[in-house]
Amino acid sequence: MKVVKDLYYTEDHEWVKVEGGEAYIGIADYAQDQLGDIVYVELPEIDDEFEQGEAFSAVESVKAAADVYMPIDGKIIEINEELLDDPALLNEDPYENWLVKIEIADKSQLDDLMTSEEYEKFLDEEA
Amino acid sequence: MVAKKTPLYEEHVKLGGKMVDYAGWFLPVQYEGLIPEHEAVRNAAGLFDVSHMGEIVVKGKDALDYLQYLTTNDIASIDTNQVIYTLMCYPDGGVVDDFLVYKYADDKYLLVVNAANTEKDFKWMIDNKDDFNIIIENISNQIGEVAIQGPKSEKILQKLTEKDLSKIKPFHFDKEVNIAGVECMVSRTGYTGEDGFEIYTSKDDIVKVWNAILEAGKDEGLKPAGLGCRDTLRFEAGMPLYGNEISEDITPLEGGLKFAVKLDKEEDFIGKDALKKQWEEGLTRKVVGFELLERGIPREGYEVYKDGKKIGHVTTGYMSPTLKKSIGNALIDINEAKIGNEIDIMIRNKPVKAKIISRKFLNK
Repeated sequence: MKVVKDLYYTEDHEWVKVEGGEAYIGIADYAQDQLGDIVYVELPEIDDEFEQGEAFSAVESVKAAADVYMPIDGKIIEINEELLDDPALLNEDPYENWLVKIEIADKSQLDDLMTSEEYEKFLDEEA
Repeated sequence: MVAKKTPLYEEHVKLGGKMVDYAGWFLPVQYEGLIPEHEAVRNAAGLFDVSHMGEIVVKGKDALDYLQYLTTNDIASIDTNQVIYTLMCYPDGGVVDDFLVYKYADDKYLLVVNAANTEKDFKWMIDNKDDFNIIIENISNQIGEVAIQGPKSEKILQKLTEKDLSKIKPFHFDKEVNIAGVECMVSRTGYTGEDGFEIYTSKDDIVKVWNAILEAGKDEGLKPAGLGCRDTLRFEAGMPLYGNEISEDITPLEGGLKFAVKLDKEEDFIGKDALKKQWEEGLTRKVVGFELLERGIPREGYEVYKDGKKIGHVTTGYMSPTLKKSIGNALIDINEAKIGNEIDIMIRNKPVKAKIISRKFLNK
């Protein structure tokens, strides 16, 4: 499974890429592989606010539906509309194709997440 | 309980199959991907391992009388080498299982039942044997089965046998077909809405048959196909799945299977009185097809509403790979079951508009 360096990860297989006070959020390679052919992505609205652990999006393959959880508190400032028309982009490259961009509410919550090294270890143990 | 392996387990792993526990069996949900496999079956052909299915033999002097009593369809209406779809019900009309009956002779039949129900079915059959002079045998563990499905099935399979396969008509079978050197029973049946064959042989020989078919179909676009597309295919074709469209709690009449319930059959059958009563009094609910009018995907179990009132639930739902639309089946109040009626599907606590359409989603 591909794990990109310098991102934060959750146990639910979301990734977070921090850029100053903002962050991109997506699903990890492991998640897209488990789901199979992704045919639908549901995204929140701009300005929606979510707390850490709250479901903010749903990704569905032909066979299964999966909620995507907010890794840290934040407000949606951008959504990746390309995914609405072409959900399969998540299968092609789950790291390039982020779901939402947020304004981070509390940077200290990043400490709750895994580093890429820790996430790699977590995947080894899962498998 | 650890899931059982079919004789083809090693072949699935070699082909990169994503193995899951299905009905107590390790089977591939997909190899390359559900969508390419689904499309292969619609446009060329796909090969399924269906060795997990249950096979039960009923033989003896009273075999026909017994099956007439046990099941809802008219088993007397088929000839030798013919196959019929039927259901087995509880006295209250709920469904024990649905299955195919193969007629070998007046006194010998083969029942091919759902994997997850095999033990339950076998017990039900024994419990209801009464005074019928018959022998019931569960031979599931001796049999391997594969299904080749899709418009190119006959062309591919014909390369491996001298028997003229065009002579096997839909819902018929030939019990002596040599395929790649292996003696098989071959029926023109399937569960995908496409032309195709189901091939039965001993569990030891099925690997040879599987590999020979894959090789013969290589240039025709044949792909090994998993459980994922088996479900999307059968659903698009309007076929029921036990546990979804029919169950202990959903009668065959509610499931839209009146054609397989012969209420005017002369003989008495288990569940006949209850089903007759249900039909005469009128159904109160029914399985319908629908398509979403807004974005979203309906999933099994989601609630269905009309004007803020709950009227039923989704039994199967998908983004259809062939139609590229979100479609589903739902068991709903009969008063709302008219084609064209608009209903709401609750997707993650939000009502999403849908319209009732025919369950035969594909016009084949």
